[in-house]
Amino acid sequence: MPLADHRQEVFARIREALKVPAPHRHVGHTGEHPTAPNHDDGLPGSETFRAWLPLVGESLEEQITLFAQNSAALKTELHRVGSPAEAAEHLNQLAREVGWHRVATHPHPLALPLAEKVPLPRLVVGPGYAVTDMESCDAAITGCDFLVAQTGSLLISSASAGGRALSVLPPHHIVIASASQMVPDLGTALHQARLRYAREWPSFLSFITGPSRTGDIERILVLGAHGPKRLTVFLVP
Amino acid sequence: MIAFAREFKRMAARYTADLQHRALIQRALRSYEVKRDEFKARYQSWGEARQAASEIKWEAINHLDRYLEEFITKLEARGTKVFVASTDAQARDYIVKVAQENKVKRIIKSKSMTAEEIELNHALEHAGCTVFESDLGEYIVQLRHEKPYHLVFPAMHLTREDISRLFEKELGSQPTNSPEELTMIARSVMRKNYIEADLGISGANFGIAETGMISITENEGNARLGTSLPKIHVAIMGIEKLLPRLEDLALFLPMLATAGAGQQITCYNTLYGGPRQPGEIDGPEQFHLVLLDNHRTEFLADAEQRDSLHCIRCGACLNVCPIFKNVGGHSYGTTYQGPIGSVITPHLRGLQNWKHLSFASSLCGACTEACPVGIDLHHHLLQNRRNATQGKATWWEKPIYAGFVFFMRRPWLYQLSGKLGKIFFPLHKLVNGTLLDPLRLWTKTRDFPDMAPQSFQEYWKEKKAKGPHAPR
Amino acid sequence: MKVSLFIPCFIDQFYPHVGISMVQVLERLGCEVDYPEGQTCCGQPAFNSGYWDEARAVAEHSLKTFKDCDVIVSASGSCGAMMRVFYPDLFKETVHHFDALKMAPKIHEFSEFLVNVLGVKDVGARFDGTVTFHDGCHGLRELGIKTEPRELLSHVKGLNLVEMNDTETCCGFGGTFSVKFPAISTAMGEVKCTNIVATKADYVVSNDSSCLMQIQGLLDRQGNKVKCLHLAEVLART
Repeated sequence: MPLADHRQEVFARIREALKVPAPHRHVGHTGEHPTAPNHDDGLPGSETFRAWLPLVGESLEEQITLFAQNSAALKTELHRVGSPAEAAEHLNQLAREVGWHRVATHPHPLALPLAEKVPLPRLVVGPGYAVTDMESCDAAITGCDFLVAQTGSLLISSASAGGRALSVLPPHHIVIASASQMVPDLGTALHQARLRYAREWPSFLSFITGPSRTGDIERILVLGAHGPKRLTVFLVP
Repeated sequence: MIAFAREFKRMAARYTADLQHRALIQRALRSYEVKRDEFKARYQSWGEARQAASEIKWEAINHLDRYLEEFITKLEARGTKVFVASTDAQARDYIVKVAQENKVKRIIKSKSMTAEEIELNHALEHAGCTVFESDLGEYIVQLRHEKPYHLVFPAMHLTREDISRLFEKELGSQPTNSPEELTMIARSVMRKNYIEADLGISGANFGIAETGMISITENEGNARLGTSLPKIHVAIMGIEKLLPRLEDLALFLPMLATAGAGQQITCYNTLYGGPRQPGEIDGPEQFHLVLLDNHRTEFLADAEQRDSLHCIRCGACLNVCPIFKNVGGHSYGTTYQGPIGSVITPHLRGLQNWKHLSFASSLCGACTEACPVGIDLHHHLLQNRRNATQGKATWWEKPIYAGFVFFMRRPWLYQLSGKLGKIFFPLHKLVNGTLLDPLRLWTKTRDFPDMAPQSFQEYWKEKKAKGPHAPR
Repeated sequence: MKVSLFIPCFIDQFYPHVGISMVQVLERLGCEVDYPEGQTCCGQPAFNSGYWDEARAVAEHSLKTFKDCDVIVSASGSCGAMMRVFYPDLFKETVHHFDALKMAPKIHEFSEFLVNVLGVKDVGARFDGTVTFHDGCHGLRELGIKTEPRELLSHVKGLNLVEMNDTETCCGFGGTFSVKFPAISTAMGEVKCTNIVATKADYVVSNDSSCLMQIQGLLDRQGNKVKCLHLAEVLART
């Protein structure tokens, strides 16, 4: 370590400060006199949050419908297709329309076969790939971990989406996922991620919700600020 | 008067008189309000979600030593270099040293209010590095050599015309009044910076103690690019940003987005648990996390205001604050504007120099109502006023309030002064609005009511004298 | 029911008609109205300015004045909030803390008393005109009063209630704030007045005379004809 750090003195100050307890606060209107919340049975957990957050239906079909609604609102282009082959047809049409020259992908059981059906030069990222090479690609085709109905989000990780850059550097991000990857809400997605990865967490996990956007100029929405301008999701059975 | 207070009043007078500014901010925030209310309405219970968020932050802050230790241990186990800084200077020096040891020339930075707080860019530039702000709003204010106007929307005080002129001057671009074209200009400028930068700097919205990860919330993708491509990632966060459990994000990510930006959830919410791990194909070789105290342990020691450390920097309190909407973000002269800034700046920079911000409030409480983690903001302003006055009362106020006590504890004196007032008050008409008017601070812009010919007390005495059955 | 009135100092001197209207409404509803003599100010100006010792000295006088009252009805949401919400804070760790806590639940703002304690929504009033209601911040956020005044107004015959935009936004009065930061206070008031005028209402009604002093002061200076009235003054008309 280049410099000695100051954790001992900071921790000492924290412990000293916490000797005086802070009052709990009831966050209703301030005239109500608060009663201290009861923490004997622990903090409220994500099972409890579910009762307060936006409602999600229980059946898969309801969840897919909600995911589709959220996608439409967020400008995620969602295609429910009957098979990977159908996804490939859509993709090739897209490639022709936009005039892609080159696509990037990664070794993934759904993404790689899809990319291979696009008759264009292809970068399959692996250790030591060149960033400039990836930057020259028109689209990135990746997998993901989960789809979140509640928010229309995708949870990706460096394991499921070909590292950190693939899903954010090229201007068009294509994701292929199966309906079995649908989860109702963020809490479930995080819980499932824990079950999948807790032995060895990837260094990177990200909830992606729609294409990159900004409202920094007069709070007017513009898509494609720095990340992808378009996000397309193929949902296969 | 303290120079900072004088400057605040000067800026506030300028902005409150600027009706174009008022209209611009009102318009910008109106669209936010509509979206915020739409998404809040989707919650089955925003109120209970708020209560839970407040309790979770209470737990984290009131056991900060335990959670911080867990957080640091988990991060270090996976190769993150954690540096705990007691002061802003220590944090700056460490980051400069990391840059120098790695011969860093170009730095790509995503938005971080903590970096603003320690004025990091200045130190890095002084050490010979070039720092590119990549968040669009931050980039715009960096080009203007300005401070962020708002802790979430740094350039909300500018129109598209202002930005077009700025880009024309600084980047040689063609004038345009399309926000989309302006965004694309910034995008193309920034692209090569991501690829060429040696080091990426980010803030952190949350630290997850249980798993040793930081969480970064953004919309543009600039933080993701800046933490993916350069070979070094330095993140800086205040020690108070912790959450106990990973699943807490299921509550905090949507609440942060809804309260702060009027979104259901922001576009990217990313967790970073270390540098590139074995088997991963990209990501930085080094990941440094700077944990900043910088007076936070002092307000941790103030149990009454400890909940101000619950803040998740969403900006909701600014967006609803009628003071902020009228004086604008630059009048404050602080890193953190609006109600939360008025509460915490006296702790960060000294009470006596910054107490004026706690007085510059009508105590309407809109901030407290909007805060998603239930910080008792407007009552803290009252406490700051008390603390400031106890430390150093204003020389001319002390006798006024002594007189106030003397009169108000003596009903006969209070009543007598009312009677005398009625005799002398008509004289006010003679000086109304002039320099001689003792009520000038009011009457310069507003009419003052007349005293009533008969006070309520006098009415009551008369009514009682007439007996209970007398006509009204 | 015996009701003790709390008529804050500035209402006593500048807006006595508010108090008189309260007496009329309460008597009409069959209450026995009492006015504890010797009341002055709740101490809020000192409290809000940071002079808590001084505020406590004045508040002690109020605690004493209203000691034997069971139901206290305040003509102002702000002064009511001072006594109900802030006295317990102010007297924390003093000998009067218990008295302050004991008095707090006895304090009611006028509209909240009528609706929630007396259970009355229609006070038998008649008022011809278009009215917009301004929520005083202390009543709204410290005491949680929002629906009560509207329920009362909606039952007044001849009265047409139109909501203004941002009715919950502060008018900019804020006590000493209005003269410590007159430019900011005035700007906030102007925004409020713009919203009021946009409703084309003839009257602005509120449950706080202090807000109305700010609003009327600005409207008059602007040469606007809109008139401010306290809720009690509307409810007293028959």
